[in-house]
Amino acid sequence: MGVDSFVSWLRDVAGSLHDNSAYLTELDSAIGDADHGANMDRGFQAVVGMLDETSFDGTDELLKKAGMTLVSKVGGASGPLYGTFFLRFGTALAGADLTPEAIGKGLHAGVEGVLARGKAELGDKTMYDAWAPALEAYDAAVAGGSDLGTALTAAAEAAAKGRDATIPLVARKGRASYLGERSAGHQDPGATSTTLILESAARTLS
Amino acid sequence: MGTMKKLINDPADVVSEALQGMAAAHPDRLRVDLENRIVYRKDAPRPGKVGLISGGGSGHEPMHGGFVGLGMLDAACAGEVFTSPVPDQMMAATKAVDAGAGVLHIVKNYTGDVMNFEMAAELAAADAGTEVLSVVTNDDVAVQDSLYTAGRRGVGVTVLLEKIVGAAAEEGRPLQEVADLAKKVNDNGRSMGMALTSCTVPAAGKPTFELAENEMEVGIGIHGEPGRQRLPLAPARDIAAMLVDPVVSDLPYQQGDSVIAFVNGMGGTPLLELYLMYNEVAQLLDRAGITVARSLVGNYITSLEMAGCSVTLLKADDELVRLWDAPVNTPGLRWNA
Repeated sequence: MGVDSFVSWLRDVAGSLHDNSAYLTELDSAIGDADHGANMDRGFQAVVGMLDETSFDGTDELLKKAGMTLVSKVGGASGPLYGTFFLRFGTALAGADLTPEAIGKGLHAGVEGVLARGKAELGDKTMYDAWAPALEAYDAAVAGGSDLGTALTAAAEAAAKGRDATIPLVARKGRASYLGERSAGHQDPGATSTTLILESAARTLS
Repeated sequence: MGTMKKLINDPADVVSEALQGMAAAHPDRLRVDLENRIVYRKDAPRPGKVGLISGGGSGHEPMHGGFVGLGMLDAACAGEVFTSPVPDQMMAATKAVDAGAGVLHIVKNYTGDVMNFEMAAELAAADAGTEVLSVVTNDDVAVQDSLYTAGRRGVGVTVLLEKIVGAAAEEGRPLQEVADLAKKVNDNGRSMGMALTSCTVPAAGKPTFELAENEMEVGIGIHGEPGRQRLPLAPARDIAAMLVDPVVSDLPYQQGDSVIAFVNGMGGTPLLELYLMYNEVAQLLDRAGITVARSLVGNYITSLEMAGCSVTLLKADDELVRLWDAPVNTPGLRWNA
């Protein structure tokens, strides 16, 4: 378990977002502006380009660089939000052994960054509705003695439930909030991409 | 992808090739940084003048790149279609137009635009010490400004603000005064829009939403996002009332007020229809005892090829009218110059 695993994670995320680009954009067409898939794909292709050119000794430096790349390439709200997530995740891992506990602290730091930037609350129909149950499930698994892979699998499953639970919600943040009641009945694209990122973590980090 | 009919080569190249076209078409007035996707006024930075920067997703042309030039913006950052530009672009533009008098960021109230401009302002403060102030436009009355939304969208008033504040900056007014004026313009402007058709984001390849032949969408923004209400198609005079009434009652604009009245096309509606709409709007305002001091009719803040229009009113005192009349020479707006 080291920097190579995290490189594999980022590459796997890029593949997953590329494969799901049209699906994410379709979700975003219903309640947003039809660009989430294209933006995430473009951002993570840039991360892959960065990985091809750079080698990293530390996981913290890797994740910070990935975050800066997303901030610089994605635009929209997802750029600052996911960029901040990886920046804070990386910063929290500086000097730490990559134990399940340390990675949990990193995930929490990343999501706190997302909240500081986006000011969302649970139930606003945003990516936080996937992050929040994922962190809770992760913490519970680690507290129960699970290894990293098991804890990340629990996090990804909880994220997927949180994602599905966004369908009936009325959006209170982001472009979907302009629709008012009409945003209900649609799955949130940000909660969907968050779930893909965590599912990829469960596949690659263990 | 079979249904998309656009004058493009590759969907991925739309923004950069359009910027190359702007550079080729207006070498007398503009300089375009293709790498960073920034349109600059050719003679920026102007000594002693506050730098004015705006930016946003592409697909709203002529806003913002078409409003760069004498009497309006010093730089405009172009994002992907309907996607905010990134902090790196705003940082580069901020540094390039700062002539020592500081820089004003003109930001439309969308979650992504606000976040990216905020990050840019934080980075600029930490980096070069350039003094940056921001104004966020939020004039769309279709959105309730409450805890339950991202706040009102910045729409038509952005065009009027860039013109008026551009004239004030051209006079050499200091940064704080320019920012205060920008806030005054935003506070006195309100808008509402409607769509007859959706639009197709090139990268998506199909219309963002579907509207039947006999339907229209009222309360839309400028990103092909659905509006608040889908209604049966109605005559222009009824549509004009649906747009003007909520605008007038919101500020509210009252009998005896003087306004700049702006009927804007969303990109796919001919001027013939926009003037017809303006006629309806002018009659409604006349009946309400509101005087039109100045008017603007045309496609200025668009949503790709969407058919439809928006109505913006700006309560205008003598100072705002004088600044409105001041010389402007940009690809999108030009008079007295």
